[in-house]
Amino acid sequence: MTTSVHNLDLDRANAPKRKDGDALHKYRITIYKGYERFWHWSQAFLIISLLFTGFGLHGLHNLLPFGLAVMLHTGAALLLMTLWVFTIFWWFTTGEWKQFFPKNENLWTIMKYYAWGILQGASKPYHKRLHSKQNPLQAITYVALTFVIGATLWSTGIAYLLYNLWEANAWSGSVLTTVVFLHTAAAWGMALFVVIHVYMATTGKPWYHYIQSMVTGRDDVDLSEAEAAYLEELQGEPLTRSPRH
Amino acid sequence: MAKWTKRHWPEARPAGVMAALLAAALMFSGQAFAQTAKPEARMSTADHATFKILQEQFGSGPEVTKACLSCHTEASKQVMNSIHYKWSYEHPVTGQKLGKSEVINSFCGNVASNEPRCTSCHAGYGWTDMKKGPPKEETAVDCLICHDQTGKYTKIATEAGHVAVGEVSPKATTITGAKAEPVDLSKSAMSVGLPKVENCGQCHFYGGGGDNVKHGDLSSALYNPSKHVDVHMSTDGANMQCSSCHVSKNHHWAGSRYNIDAKGDGGSHGPGARRDVATCESCHGDAPHKGPNPLLAMKINDHTDRVACQTCHIPEFAKGGIATKTRWDWSTAGKLKDGKPFAEEGYTQGNGKHMHTYMSQKGDFEWGEDVVPFYSWFNGQVEYTKQEDTINPAEIVEINRIPGSPDDPRSRIWPFKRMVGRQAYDAELNHLVMTNVFGPQTDTAFWTNFDWAKAIDAGMKQAGREYSGKFDFADTYMYWPITHMVAPADEALKCDSCHAENSRLAGVTGFYMPGRDSFKLLDIIGLLAVAGALAGVIGHGLLRIFMSGRRKA
Repeated sequence: MTTSVHNLDLDRANAPKRKDGDALHKYRITIYKGYERFWHWSQAFLIISLLFTGFGLHGLHNLLPFGLAVMLHTGAALLLMTLWVFTIFWWFTTGEWKQFFPKNENLWTIMKYYAWGILQGASKPYHKRLHSKQNPLQAITYVALTFVIGATLWSTGIAYLLYNLWEANAWSGSVLTTVVFLHTAAAWGMALFVVIHVYMATTGKPWYHYIQSMVTGRDDVDLSEAEAAYLEELQGEPLTRSPRH
Repeated sequence: MAKWTKRHWPEARPAGVMAALLAAALMFSGQAFAQTAKPEARMSTADHATFKILQEQFGSGPEVTKACLSCHTEASKQVMNSIHYKWSYEHPVTGQKLGKSEVINSFCGNVASNEPRCTSCHAGYGWTDMKKGPPKEETAVDCLICHDQTGKYTKIATEAGHVAVGEVSPKATTITGAKAEPVDLSKSAMSVGLPKVENCGQCHFYGGGGDNVKHGDLSSALYNPSKHVDVHMSTDGANMQCSSCHVSKNHHWAGSRYNIDAKGDGGSHGPGARRDVATCESCHGDAPHKGPNPLLAMKINDHTDRVACQTCHIPEFAKGGIATKTRWDWSTAGKLKDGKPFAEEGYTQGNGKHMHTYMSQKGDFEWGEDVVPFYSWFNGQVEYTKQEDTINPAEIVEINRIPGSPDDPRSRIWPFKRMVGRQAYDAELNHLVMTNVFGPQTDTAFWTNFDWAKAIDAGMKQAGREYSGKFDFADTYMYWPITHMVAPADEALKCDSCHAENSRLAGVTGFYMPGRDSFKLLDIIGLLAVAGALAGVIGHGLLRIFMSGRRKA
């Protein structure tokens, strides 16, 4: 039986603080909750569908008839919107939204690691913690993805879907052009993200480690003794130590 | 703006039995349509064959009309007040004076000075001078051309609307080009009924001097069309008549080519219902698409405010094996062989008939069948380049203009037949000219004498217009809105027909259309960024593998 960490109300203020000399040990626990994995993979599927159908609508490929592409693109967008309604609810009810605002780890260190250290076989300069399972580079990427690319895609996509409600206005022609431009630009940004994200998913050890953990939900996390004790208490049996130790 | 009314999302009705009955009734409404649409299905309360006054021997068309008027006292007054009789129309929006008596087209040009030939299709008898206006006697109205049901009544091609009675010259032809036979006027008078396609078609299918020459979407193929040719008029389709859409009120007909309701009135009326426009929306409403799924239906209905129904539902015109004239170059007319006019038949149309591609009388022609329309924004208000208007012969002269723009909410994208012409103009005054082409006994008519100088001079004199005496030929376009020959739903254009690069609508610009338009620079930057990222991650990945191999070694 595994314990989902998200059931714990590990608010940053209440969470056990790491003091100097307080030993950290790696445990393999379920860090990605069931809903979170469902969210990730269904969103991945929908985003790739949207990119594929969207680029078809844009005329970059002719693999789908236009009408079918419109249906699939609209359908995927509606599903993704629904998914996000649930996901936002989940974020706030579980406090998971805080994962996207990491603490003061050095972004530069992370970037240096991916640019060079990883090639040298250096070990990763970041260790997942219970309430900060994303490194600062990931976090800043996801925040930008959500609030810049995502927000642009959402707002322009919804405006595009509802075009017929505002097209009677004199300004509709030029606004539509702007809406389409921003939507396409953001879509290119999303495509860029997908390429890099998929590659980054292979940078674990072994290469499929991150992908596997997003499927099983389990990954190695540094736990303080207090955290480990708390989880063990909750779980009713000893935690699994990370095989890497 | 598409209205998402409950009409398109029918509410569930509580009474189960009633709902089932209603559903059944709706399912068969297509058949009900067909039945109500056929005028002959309406029983008349009068059998005209029993009327003594119609049983006598008539010596001429006006004698029949006189008999008609003895009961239908107001009929001639109504007809004489209609465009069918007046050939004159003052455009309520542009103020232009239009109508056949006024305009120049890119076919035979103009009526003035060619009267007895052109007015053979007038809804009256004996209009021989445009300047004097149509005949004023009430008996000059031709009742039978519209109401005859024998199918035998027709007019002589060159007799200013008169009908063949008694001795008929063996050379005489009718307005449809057939050999003229004497008409039994009494039989015809006793047969009368509401106009059918055979009545309208005699004139409207043969405009421009032959079958389908002018319009492209109006030809004898509509007498007995397959569903492919015309889904409404086919006996396998709705089996409708012209008057099912072009309903009449006091002998005035709905539908106009000068002042078109380019957008429909949005109302949905039954066929034959009283209304003043003959648009698709008059019957179908502005949200007619129900399938294949609600989302796609909604998306297609979203188009109806900017795209005319005709644009998707008439993918091509001049169907059914009857070609339409697509180019007419008058400038090459007049060539003779051994001093005699000659003709070439270089085109064979779908029904096997050989068509002229050159005639000494008329010049060079080109023909088209299953023609893909020309598309343009159109607000319905056709403007004409009239004889007195100044033209720029250095450019292609638009004989008529079809205004409209994506920024005008009354405009929609419409299909047209774009007629290509080359016709005479006054080289000094830069005006179009009127030409005298018909006149077997004159020494001015072009078709008799092959002399442009005389023909133009005579045409301009007869019309009372100023002419410098110098002429040349200008390239012209003339636009004919396409609205007939509607294809069955499964032949309607697919999204990709327009939403693709270099599509049918490639020339209709000024707005963003998904699938056709893109931001080239943005796409190049986007592609470069994604390609760069791909190359970057692949390179990084290879380096990782290489370095890890070296470390192991």
